[in-house]
Amino acid sequence: MKPVARVMLVVAGLWVACLAPSCEEAPRPEPPGLGTIRLATTTSTENSGLLARLLPPFERRFGAKVHVIAVGTGRALALGRNGDADVVLVHAPDAEKAFLDAGHGVNRRAVMVNDFVLLGPAADPARAAAAESAAKALAAVAGARATFASRGDDSGTHKKERALWAAAAVQPAGASYLEVGQGMGATLLLADEKRAYCLSDRGTYLAMRGKVDLTVLFEGDPILRNPYSIIAVNPARHPEVNYAGAMALVGWITSPQGQAIIGAFRAGGQVLFHPTAVPGAASDPLRPDPP
Amino acid sequence: MSWTLDQFIQALRLLGSLDADVFRAVAVSLGMASASTLLAAAAGLPLGLGLGLARFRGKRLLTTALHALMAVPTVLIGLVFYAVLSRQGLLGGWRLLYTRSAIVLGQCVLALPLVTALAHAATAGLDPRVRRTAQTLGAGRWRTARTLLSEGRRGYLAAVVAGFGRVFGEVGISMMLGGNIHAYTRTITTAIALETAKGEVALGIALGIVLMVVALGMNLVFLRLHGSGERT
Repeated sequence: MKPVARVMLVVAGLWVACLAPSCEEAPRPEPPGLGTIRLATTTSTENSGLLARLLPPFERRFGAKVHVIAVGTGRALALGRNGDADVVLVHAPDAEKAFLDAGHGVNRRAVMVNDFVLLGPAADPARAAAAESAAKALAAVAGARATFASRGDDSGTHKKERALWAAAAVQPAGASYLEVGQGMGATLLLADEKRAYCLSDRGTYLAMRGKVDLTVLFEGDPILRNPYSIIAVNPARHPEVNYAGAMALVGWITSPQGQAIIGAFRAGGQVLFHPTAVPGAASDPLRPDPP
Repeated sequence: MSWTLDQFIQALRLLGSLDADVFRAVAVSLGMASASTLLAAAAGLPLGLGLGLARFRGKRLLTTALHALMAVPTVLIGLVFYAVLSRQGLLGGWRLLYTRSAIVLGQCVLALPLVTALAHAATAGLDPRVRRTAQTLGAGRWRTARTLLSEGRRGYLAAVVAGFGRVFGEVGISMMLGGNIHAYTRTITTAIALETAKGEVALGIALGIVLMVVALGMNLVFLRLHGSGERT
């Protein structure tokens, strides 16, 4: 046999050998049950390890396979808009409302809440910790020309950050404003390297605490509340989406069992997310007191 | 310094306890890269052979264009296929975005110019008498092509090996078209990117070592084939 033909044969053999076993464990295109469900979500739910705890019981029980595509909230919503995802788990209430109003999604349910925190070097050269509000803390950072690392990727955290800049009436720019364009974990690592300030969801910060030398400098302002919602992609807009699978996942995550898994999930001994789907069972530390 | 050293030591320790996820990523990487290399070779070798033999106006221009195509970055290929394969895109009905097939498609396009250009170079480097002799001895077109492929096997093999190396180590296409889905489209390279982003540097290094070892192993296999080809 000619060497080239032999190489091709070996490569073909390897291909079959490699793919055959992995095909068995990995999803076939349409397994029995609810099939494959494409969940577009934020890096915070994936990087923290929550989904690895939350999804396997669902997959076992419903004979489904969930493909997690972890991107920022902006891109997750874009994937839903284009029909490239069946369901989205995101955290940007205003963008979610626009998504629903435009008819891209249906059946939005609240899932859980955590909060954003302003992180920075413990020395706090901009004295952000002494500010009265989150917006004033950011204004202090900008006023001191301290380095600030922004997600810069239209994620939920980035949207919140821009809202805070707007509230502070500051237009961040210049060499001390770094638009990272990456996920939360990568942004925290960069902020740590550059001794920069940054806005983070508390979940990712707690999950990464051992790896970065950043301190919570400002927290607790109600504006920093960070609610997560799950939304099924509108099957009238995209008839080919796995709507039954999407709604089963919505049902699971907002069920008492799913909510219990979220509430029990800890990283480094700390609670990362507080479930909010089941009224009365909720433990939402940042919920404004009822009037 | 000591931190870097620490990460490497931890990585070596992790190598002893690599779990099923790592082997799955290796399997996906190898599977995607071999499938796309196979397709690229099936198209690129005949193309390169034809380009080396044929004479026509604009051949030099075509060759230059081919060489320019070798420099196309993976993110650009990823972007173009993303636009085509998205549900809203031209081929959205095929439901290929975030599947293994999408990765193979993109990687195939990545490897094709490289394989074609190297096969072209191998053909151009052949002694022209080989072709004339074959034809004089009454060989038809297919027979002549087979003779040329056999004569230039070193070069053609190198073209295929280079194509494999290019796709095996790429990350842009796998990330953009595969979506880095756990146990489905997560390759070694996208796993390294993810673990580094999560700050799991030691695990990233361990995966990098696995990648290097597998690449080295594949090249040894190719080299062996090459050697046995020499003897016949």
